[in-house]
Amino acid sequence: MSMPFYVAPEQVMKDRADYARKGIARGRSLVAAQFADGIAVVAENPSTTLRKVSEIYDRIAFAGVGKYNEFDQLRIAGVRAADLKGFSYSREDVDARSLGNQYAQILGQVFTHEMKPMEVEILVAEVGAAESSDQFFHILYDGTVMDEDRFTVLGGDADAIASRLESTWTPGLDLVSVLAVAVAALAGPDRSLVASDLEVAVLDRGAQRRSFRRIERTELPDFLPQV
Amino acid sequence: MPFFAASDDPGPDFAALAKLQGLVPIAPSSAVDDRLRITHATTVVAVRYLDGVVMAGDRRATSGNIISHRAIEKVFPADRHSGVAIAGAAGPAMEMVKLFQLQLEHYEKVEGSQLSLEGKANQLGQMVRNNLPAAMQGLAVVPIFAGFDTRRQTGRLFQYDITGGRYEESNFATSGSGGSLAGSVVKMKFHEGLTRDEAVDLVITALFEAADEDSATGGPDMVRGIYPVVATITTEGFERVLDAEIAERFVGLLDVLASRDGGGRISETASETAGGAK
Repeated sequence: MSMPFYVAPEQVMKDRADYARKGIARGRSLVAAQFADGIAVVAENPSTTLRKVSEIYDRIAFAGVGKYNEFDQLRIAGVRAADLKGFSYSREDVDARSLGNQYAQILGQVFTHEMKPMEVEILVAEVGAAESSDQFFHILYDGTVMDEDRFTVLGGDADAIASRLESTWTPGLDLVSVLAVAVAALAGPDRSLVASDLEVAVLDRGAQRRSFRRIERTELPDFLPQV
Repeated sequence: MPFFAASDDPGPDFAALAKLQGLVPIAPSSAVDDRLRITHATTVVAVRYLDGVVMAGDRRATSGNIISHRAIEKVFPADRHSGVAIAGAAGPAMEMVKLFQLQLEHYEKVEGSQLSLEGKANQLGQMVRNNLPAAMQGLAVVPIFAGFDTRRQTGRLFQYDITGGRYEESNFATSGSGGSLAGSVVKMKFHEGLTRDEAVDLVITALFEAADEDSATGGPDMVRGIYPVVATITTEGFERVLDAEIAERFVGLLDVLASRDGGGRISETASETAGGAK
């Protein structure tokens, strides 16, 4: 009988984490930031059909970076969980914290028990009645949940983008300004991004019920600073 | 969080998902209406006009001869550009509306695009069909569905029967115990190119006449300020007509009716005194 080679658990976890991180770093990054009238999510995404940002529920949006089929599967599971909860209880009972925790459980489970971790990083964002009650749950490939405020960055280049945002983002921006800040942070000093490179959606704080709204590529130039 | 293998994934179908999760009630095995009085909601009407469709429903729910609710609502938005109005057993009907609204929203979120108006009408037909076992035990639900078809740029109406049969109507649709009465009124006055004002007046007249003849249909309640729910669906979407406007229109309608009936009633017997009637 052949014996499997012994591999230290530390090594297994490290290999998996490296694998997931490499997969995520291959894709483009994404920024979500508060502004006066809601939350704006800006993704670098040349496709208009394969979305990175989408609606989960009345006041909750989902965004993912990394491997498309994996985060899209998570997105659909989130929509299902939210709609089932709203159906059996009430629409008010659906919240981002609970969804974020469920995502964390799944990603953690897959990371430790499956051959291959999911090569994704996801965001569950909920717009509140006031800026102080906005929520960002940033969840990593291994199930780590981070409760962030003001803004959050997903993807391989997150640290550099976040430090750029740190110096340019201020509270109470309007939509045009927050998009300018987010796009500039995504692009960095050496590149410039135009409407056809971007996918933009907002959670509108003042909306009656469904607050998620895409800013379609055709209307996007109206919101972006002219280059 | 629900995950499925590719072979048994319910796709964008919320009803199938709810069923997999055991959230769908089972139909009663014997007639419910024999033992218990079921609350029924009645009389809804929809009419096509220049800008789209107008839908209306009275506010009464009855259990046998008892009025169980005076202010129930029977006209609901299904999504931005469509609405559903219900008649039949109130409990299952409300549940059907809730499921239908969610079905459309769920499809849109999962698929990333909306169903066509035709697709929505067919979905509702399937729900009515699925309710057939319950309908056989006295819990029938017969909705009407109306919407603004953004592809064809016109209002469209759909009527159903208890088996889920779906019939597209070109001018107007009705359902419920007073439905045929209201339908007659609409039929007499309908013409191509009704304006919004004419269409709203037409549906409230139809409901008034239905309430006049059918005890299960409620008329305007001016004491409590309860008026039919009226909504328009146009390119702008589903929009409820404000109660204040309906109240005002009823005053106008009553003036018309009073002037028509100005002569009063002929006394029924020789013994009836001149106190009430002439």
